[in-house]
Amino acid sequence: MVKRGVERLYLVLIFIFLYAPIATLVVLSFNASRSRAKWGGFTLEWYTEMFQNSSIMQALYNTLLIAFLSAAIATVLGTLGAMGISAMGFRMRSLCMSVTNIPMLNADIVTGISMMLLFIAMGFRFGFQSVLIAHITFNIPYVILSVMPKLKQTDKSTYEAALDLGASPVYAFFRVVLPDILPGILSGFLLSFTMSLDDFIITHFTKGPGLDTLSTKIYTEVRKGIKPEMYALSTLLFATVLILLLLINVTPELRKRAALKHAQAAARR
Amino acid sequence: MSKKWFAAPYLLWSVGFIIIPLLMIFFYGLTDRSGAFTLENVVAILSPEHSKALVLSLLLSLASTVICLLLAYPLAMILNKHHLGRGSFIVFLFILPMWMNFLLRTLAWQTLLEKTGVINSVLSALHLPALDIINTPYAIVLGMVYNFLPFMVLPIYNVLVKIDENVINAARDLGANGVQTFFKIILPLSIPGVVSGITMVFVPAMTTFVISTLLGGSKILLIGNVIEQEFTQGNNWNLGSGLSLVLMVFILVSMAFVMKYDREGEGGMF
Repeated sequence: MVKRGVERLYLVLIFIFLYAPIATLVVLSFNASRSRAKWGGFTLEWYTEMFQNSSIMQALYNTLLIAFLSAAIATVLGTLGAMGISAMGFRMRSLCMSVTNIPMLNADIVTGISMMLLFIAMGFRFGFQSVLIAHITFNIPYVILSVMPKLKQTDKSTYEAALDLGASPVYAFFRVVLPDILPGILSGFLLSFTMSLDDFIITHFTKGPGLDTLSTKIYTEVRKGIKPEMYALSTLLFATVLILLLLINVTPELRKRAALKHAQAAARR
Repeated sequence: MSKKWFAAPYLLWSVGFIIIPLLMIFFYGLTDRSGAFTLENVVAILSPEHSKALVLSLLLSLASTVICLLLAYPLAMILNKHHLGRGSFIVFLFILPMWMNFLLRTLAWQTLLEKTGVINSVLSALHLPALDIINTPYAIVLGMVYNFLPFMVLPIYNVLVKIDENVINAARDLGANGVQTFFKIILPLSIPGVVSGITMVFVPAMTTFVISTLLGGSKILLIGNVIEQEFTQGNNWNLGSGLSLVLMVFILVSMAFVMKYDREGEGGMF
């Protein structure tokens, strides 16, 4: 009993540690005082003002667009990559997986400056495209590492059976293989999107002066003082995602329960 | 046509945007401004200011790695024991904070740690001594632990989940007590996750420049800060690349460490 209590307490403390800064930011977004240090009363001012702040809105647009495009492109390249790699022999496969692991294990600062040097050497213009390329690069490994385990679990003979029964390879892929690996693809996409959204370091080195994402905008504001609109925007983003993810995680559970009840009722009849 | 070719676009991409950029660092790091070969940029790590930054980075990242491990292992065990991690719920709880911007989350610790901040108000209300760590290396370690703890919890949790309960039951049946079971069975089986967690925390902590900027005031320079300044302010890319090469030695050592203990990639984040 005591042990269980201690364990519960430990969990609670860890989650307080993880979520205290987030709670702080949420509180600050309603703080009428511009200073972070004192509470000046409740206000919704920052929530209305942020929509009128065109530079914040532009940064939000850049952030979301880069996150979406980089995650989408990384998902396509990464899924194809995972399928190709899993068809390879042992040696080739280990080599490819080592390359895949480089951006995951390498320091962001090294990845960032290496790409910066490449873009300079190629005479590539810094801006939206350079950031997009960098984000795709660090996102692909997340997709590959999410899809690979699902590919390992799939039974090769079902795909072969589909071919034997006259399905074209493309048709067999979409009807047989894809449904099996879809959860891996989706979690790869979601993870990529999250990583891209949260990235600062690699964007910092590859963006050039003309472009800002939310992260780089916050970093330049650190010295001057963060605008409270930023807290409002972050709170709104966080709340949106929280609700979406809760819906995704909770709805199937509820549906399952409803189906079970239905089945039980039917059985009783 | 073999299915292997599906990987071709990805492999081309990797060569172009992973391998070649890394070679660029070698090129810049081992040449001077005129393009002639030199070791000067690498040897520059031995200068007092650079070696001081390197040693401090090593110390702080080792400290935060140890703290993360000590916090994460019991946490992963509790999560596993109560089967709290059914589905992706646990991953969800640890990934969710990432949707609040990383810089803002770290900056929020400033507000919490300030002399008149939230934590000190609570402490003084309880008549406890004030915590005055903002703008010190302690605050940087706290920021590192805060940001990288999930990277330690998830790999350890993922290996613990896979341990067959029958193995543990067998040990108990054969007379091992709780402590023996832990040290002889659970701990050795979880090494891949531990090793992977250690690198996932150590590498970003060792190389960060953001956490030290946000929580360390502007006086504490880590090796990441030095490199970042060479690229964005000093414009000495050769020196910055040379110092990055030194950093890569540490990264390579920890990668080799993972390869040795986690060959199957069991201790992944997923």
